[in-house]
Amino acid sequence: MKRIISVLVENEPGALSRIVGLFSQRNYNIETLNVAPTEDNTLSRLTLTTVGNPQVVEQITKQLNKLVDVVKLVDLTEGAHIEREMMLIKVRASGPLRAEVKRTADIFRGQIVDVTSSVYTIQLTGTGEKLDAFIEAIGQAQVLEVVRSGVTGISRGEKVLSL
Amino acid sequence: MELLSGADMVVRSLADEGVEYIYGYPGGALLHVYDAIFRQKAITHILVRHEQAATHMADGYARATGKPGVALVTSGPGATNTITGIATAYMDSIPMVVISGQVPSAFIGSDMFQEVDMVGISRPIVKHSFLVKRAEDIPEVIKKAFHLAQTGRPGPVVVDIPKDITDLSKKYEYHYPEKVRLRSYNPPVKGHNGQIRKAVELLAEAKKPIIYAGGGVVLGKASEQLTALAKTLNVPVTNTLMGLGAYPGSDRQFVGMLGMHGSYCANQAMHNADLILAVGVRFDDRVTNNTSKFCPDAKIIHIDIDPASISKTVQADVPIVGPVDAVLDTMIRQVEETDTRIGQEALDSWWRQINEWREGRGGLFPYDKGDGLILKPQQVIETLYEVTKGEDTYITSDVGQHQMFAAQYYPFDKPNRWINSGGLGTMGFGLPAAMGVKLSFPDSHVACVTGEGSIQMNIQELSTCLQYDLNVKIINLNNQALGMVRQWQDMQYDSRYSHSYMESLPDFVKLAESYGHVGMRITDPAKLTSAMEEAFSLKDRLVFMDIQVDTSEHVYPMQIKDGNMADMWLSKTERT
Repeated sequence: MKRIISVLVENEPGALSRIVGLFSQRNYNIETLNVAPTEDNTLSRLTLTTVGNPQVVEQITKQLNKLVDVVKLVDLTEGAHIEREMMLIKVRASGPLRAEVKRTADIFRGQIVDVTSSVYTIQLTGTGEKLDAFIEAIGQAQVLEVVRSGVTGISRGEKVLSL
Repeated sequence: MELLSGADMVVRSLADEGVEYIYGYPGGALLHVYDAIFRQKAITHILVRHEQAATHMADGYARATGKPGVALVTSGPGATNTITGIATAYMDSIPMVVISGQVPSAFIGSDMFQEVDMVGISRPIVKHSFLVKRAEDIPEVIKKAFHLAQTGRPGPVVVDIPKDITDLSKKYEYHYPEKVRLRSYNPPVKGHNGQIRKAVELLAEAKKPIIYAGGGVVLGKASEQLTALAKTLNVPVTNTLMGLGAYPGSDRQFVGMLGMHGSYCANQAMHNADLILAVGVRFDDRVTNNTSKFCPDAKIIHIDIDPASISKTVQADVPIVGPVDAVLDTMIRQVEETDTRIGQEALDSWWRQINEWREGRGGLFPYDKGDGLILKPQQVIETLYEVTKGEDTYITSDVGQHQMFAAQYYPFDKPNRWINSGGLGTMGFGLPAAMGVKLSFPDSHVACVTGEGSIQMNIQELSTCLQYDLNVKIINLNNQALGMVRQWQDMQYDSRYSHSYMESLPDFVKLAESYGHVGMRITDPAKLTSAMEEAFSLKDRLVFMDIQVDTSEHVYPMQIKDGNMADMWLSKTERT
């Protein structure tokens, strides 16, 4: 089962390596990972997705909590939450496919952020599934390059992850 | 306010933290610090012969005293030589602070002479680590290191200090903080009352309860509470390898160590129990055997300070996160308030069953005493107990058959007296650990039970022993083979002894003598007791007793792989 774990980490050198190291050391999976400073510059927020049965996920959260650099964490998938991932995708767009790619991007509410006579670069935001679906939908067109941010997320409603 | 250099701040901070001993080895990156050590008297520095031994000495000191041990090593190879010692401490949750020198800050990452990424290399085996970036941070970092090492679930902490940070020519205002706070680190200070109440309710209903207590009780200084609770409820107690001494080993309620080489009685009692009160344990694979067959009828109450230890391998019915002493205090109070006792009839029948398991086989660890011509390793440990039981005695061990024999045949009545590498299983641990103990307890007996394989992994420390009068007694169970490896080869590889024998063993008597110590070779069972008495009477000498024991002996019982707790080989031919 896929889990989205959001972690507040001390903004210290080496903190990220402790977290990533924990996953390899204990044989846990990381599917996606992203990290950036928060509005409080002493803290970074890290979001990772992992796959595992409930016992494994429980161990992952407990072991993460043991790291001294980890201030707080939440398993977003335990409650209502918003999940977003951003993708930049560069697609060959010439001939009859040029219009088709534009239409598909519109349907997915993607934005074309860079244009040449033969290439579109499209920015698309949504759940991981939506991004996968887009890549499938433009299957006819040649995909030149894909870059995805990895999942980030936040709880719905009043619930917040903060100090 | 006082002005001190970085190097002097390191040493002063340690002194202000109450550190008595540092075990270490100098080198380029640490020369400033060693100069500061030279100019002070508060701390005694012990010069080891190999940095691994420095960490094991610090570890032995910590296990015996309950206080963090401190090792000081230089960058590069000095740092990497500590890795085994740090991992040993990590696996057994031992409080330790390792200070390593580092190349100057500006050169980090340039592959400078004797540079290694110590923080990176040690990352998976430390509780936490620091790379000091500014000299003025030294006192706070050291305070944090000690705070982390000894609170919550203890563990080793590495402090890596670049050489420029300790520069003697730059001085800073020195102030050692009394307290530090880490917002992300708040170990529990008590257990959840509701959970403890649930546990007490389960105890009231139990018919076949057992207490399974481990190293957490020793580390958490909760032996007294554990013993009081066990006495009040009159339930049997088993200890893990790490927990020996947490409950008095010679007490009637003690059913021996459990697990892979646990007693028949302890493993049967666990397997047949309907309630297990697990205290400061981690359901290690060397205890549980196959977890899917583990104690099928038992409800499990699990007390531990580390939430990650709970339900890691075996699901707990009542998890209680908290310091074992505080949790047991509350539990005892609730037991008293509610007058909780185990039902008398059920308890009588349970004890009858347990005594049958114990007596039916002639004691907790029966063994074939042979024809009396060859020394049995078990007999050596029994004799060691007879000779030392009148005195406060610390026993350290290395890893292998001798370790199991010591654990089985030496009853430990007090915590902190049995010192061995349980989790990592580090050969070469025993001698330096004994040295760390002896330094702090010069008037107590300190014996290292070892084998001819293990002792050679840190034999160079005999030199350190002479320099600092560390007069430990070395009990070398010499069977001329890596006994435990050979036992497995006997049992699983049709006795194909692939590299498990030792050719060209040194003459240990001459070896001890060449290091300035007393050597004894013992081959005759009839002379064992008198030789051992003589060895322990030589209080101001290190005595190396090279004892020639039966070369074919196995450790029994031995759990059968993939079986349940009570599936055991009881001898070479007999199984459950």
